[in-house]
Amino acid sequence: MSERLLLRLELEELNAAYAAALDEDALEQWPELFVADATYRIVPRDDFERGLPLAVMHCESRAMLEDRVAALRRASVYAPRALRHLISGVRMQRIDGAVIHAAASYAVLQTLPEELTTVFSAGRYLDEVVREDGVLKFRSRIVVFDSVLVPGSLVYPL
Amino acid sequence: MSDRAWPPGELTRVPFWLYTDAEVYAREQQRIFGGPSWCYVGLAAEVPGPGDFLRSHVGDYPVVLVRDESGALNVVANRCAHRGVQFCQRPYGTARELMCPYHQWTYDLRGKLRAVPLRKGLRGQGGMPADFRLEDHALERLGVAERHGVVFASRAAAPPSLEDYLGPAMLALFDRVFDGRALRVLGHMRQRIRGNWKLMFENIKDPYHASLLHVFLVTFGLFRADQPSEVVMDTTGRHAALVSRRGEQKASAATAEMKSFKADFRLRDARLLDPVREFPGEATVVMQTIWPNLIVQQQSNTLATRQLVTRGPDAFDLIWTFFGYADDDAAMTARRLRQANLMGPAGLVSVDDSEMMEFSHAGLSPAPDAAAVLELGGRDVADTPHMITETAIRGFYRHYREVMEL
Repeated sequence: MSERLLLRLELEELNAAYAAALDEDALEQWPELFVADATYRIVPRDDFERGLPLAVMHCESRAMLEDRVAALRRASVYAPRALRHLISGVRMQRIDGAVIHAAASYAVLQTLPEELTTVFSAGRYLDEVVREDGVLKFRSRIVVFDSVLVPGSLVYPL
Repeated sequence: MSDRAWPPGELTRVPFWLYTDAEVYAREQQRIFGGPSWCYVGLAAEVPGPGDFLRSHVGDYPVVLVRDESGALNVVANRCAHRGVQFCQRPYGTARELMCPYHQWTYDLRGKLRAVPLRKGLRGQGGMPADFRLEDHALERLGVAERHGVVFASRAAAPPSLEDYLGPAMLALFDRVFDGRALRVLGHMRQRIRGNWKLMFENIKDPYHASLLHVFLVTFGLFRADQPSEVVMDTTGRHAALVSRRGEQKASAATAEMKSFKADFRLRDARLLDPVREFPGEATVVMQTIWPNLIVQQQSNTLATRQLVTRGPDAFDLIWTFFGYADDDAAMTARRLRQANLMGPAGLVSVDDSEMMEFSHAGLSPAPDAAAVLELGGRDVADTPHMITETAIRGFYRHYREVMEL
C-alpha cells in the first residue's frame, strides 16, 4: 500500500476517534487527540472569509480543551442531546516538514428530547496534524461552519 | 388578545400570552420596533469606507446600513420601491450603487432612485407614463443616529435625539465603553433562540439568576450577589444596566445559598480568566439593555453588542458583534478573544442563558393564562444599590405597557 494511502487511513482513524469521543459521551478522550499546545477554534464561514480573529469556541491549549470538558461535566446547564458526527472527504493537502495539512467535510446531527433529528451544523475541518509517539494528533483544528446562525446553543464541540 | 386579562398597573405578574400571541407580536413590531425608538443596526466600523454596506434589521424589518460617498451613514429598507424585492442578499460588502436584480431599478447610496431601465420604452412603445418621476420612488429611508461608532435607526417620523432617548444615566454608561475611541470589530456570533424576544431582555435585567444559574460567574466571582453591585435605569425604566465588581473564588454566607458555587473548580489554563482593568471606576462588569433591541456587554475585557432580531413570537436571532479598540495591543486582543469563550452560543456562561430562554418559552407557551411572578426586591421600579431584585424587569414592563397600551 502506498505511503500516501496509509496516511489517509490514519487521518480517517483520527477523525473516527474524534467523532466517537464527542458522540459516545467519551468527552475526556477528546482532548487526548490534540497535542499540548494545540489550538482549536470554531468559526462562522463569513468571519473566516473576512479573516476576523474571533471564534465561537477558542482554545489555545489542550488544557483549555480539558476546561471545556470540565465545564460540560460540572458547570454548564443544558438540555440533554445526542450528537452524531458524519465526517467525509478526509484528504491530505500537503506535508510541510513534520506538519500534515488535512481537511474534511462534516455534518453534525442533533437530537433533542422529544424532537426529530435535525442537521445541527455542516462545514469543514481545516487541520494541522503531527505525529506524537507514533500516533497522529491535531496541532490545530479550525471548524468553519456554513450556516453562520447556530440553532440554539452550541453545547458540545463540533 | 382583547379578551385576556392583565390588571392595569400590574408589574409583578406578566401573563404568558404576552410571549406567544400573534396579535401582541404584530403590535410590538408596529409600536415598539416601528415606533419612536432607536434600534441598533450595527457598528460604524463594520462599514468603514464609502459604499460599504451591511444587512441588518429593525425588529423583523429588513434594512441595509450603507455609507455613502460623503461618509454619511444611511439606513434604507431592504425592499425595492418597484415590486418589493429584497434586493440586498449579501450579508455585507461594498457597492457603488444599490441595484435590484429583478428589473435593475438602481438607487444611489442614499436610497434615491437613479435609473429605471426601459423607462422611455422601446421604439416609441411601452415605458413608464410621462409623469413618472424617479424622485417619487426612493427606497424607504430610516432616521439614523450614530454615537461614538454605534449606529441606530428609527422608523418614526420625528424620533427624539439619541441622547435624550438614552437619558443621562444610561448615556454615561454607554459612553463608558463607547468613549469615542475607534472600534475594531473582532467577529460575530449568531444564534436563533426558540423563545420570545422579551425573554432575552428579561435575562439581562435579571441579576437574580446570574448569581444562581451560572457556575462560571459565581465560582470565579465574575458576577455574584455578595459583591458590590447596583441596578440603574433611565427614568422610563425601558433601559437598564446591571453594574458589578469582580470578587474572589471564596465561600461566603451568600455562596452557601448558591448551589452553583464550586470551591474546588479550577481552570487548567487560567489564561481564560486573566482580566485587566481598563475602564475608569470600580465596576468590572456592566451589562446594559437599551430598548428595544440592544444589549451592550462589558464583562471583564470581553466587549460586544448583542442585537435582537425578532422572528415571530416564538423565536429571535441574537447577533453578537465582538469588538475591541483600534489601539488595543496584541495582548489585549488575545485576552478579548479568550474571554469571548464565556459568551455566545458556545459561551461557558451564555449557554446556560440560551438554554434557559428556550426552557422558559417551552414552559410558558402551553399556559397562556398563567403568569410570571416578579416580586424580588419589592413591587416597585427604582434603582437599587444591590442585585437581589427584579426591579429592572418591572421597569421594562411598566414602559412596555405604556407603549403597547396593554
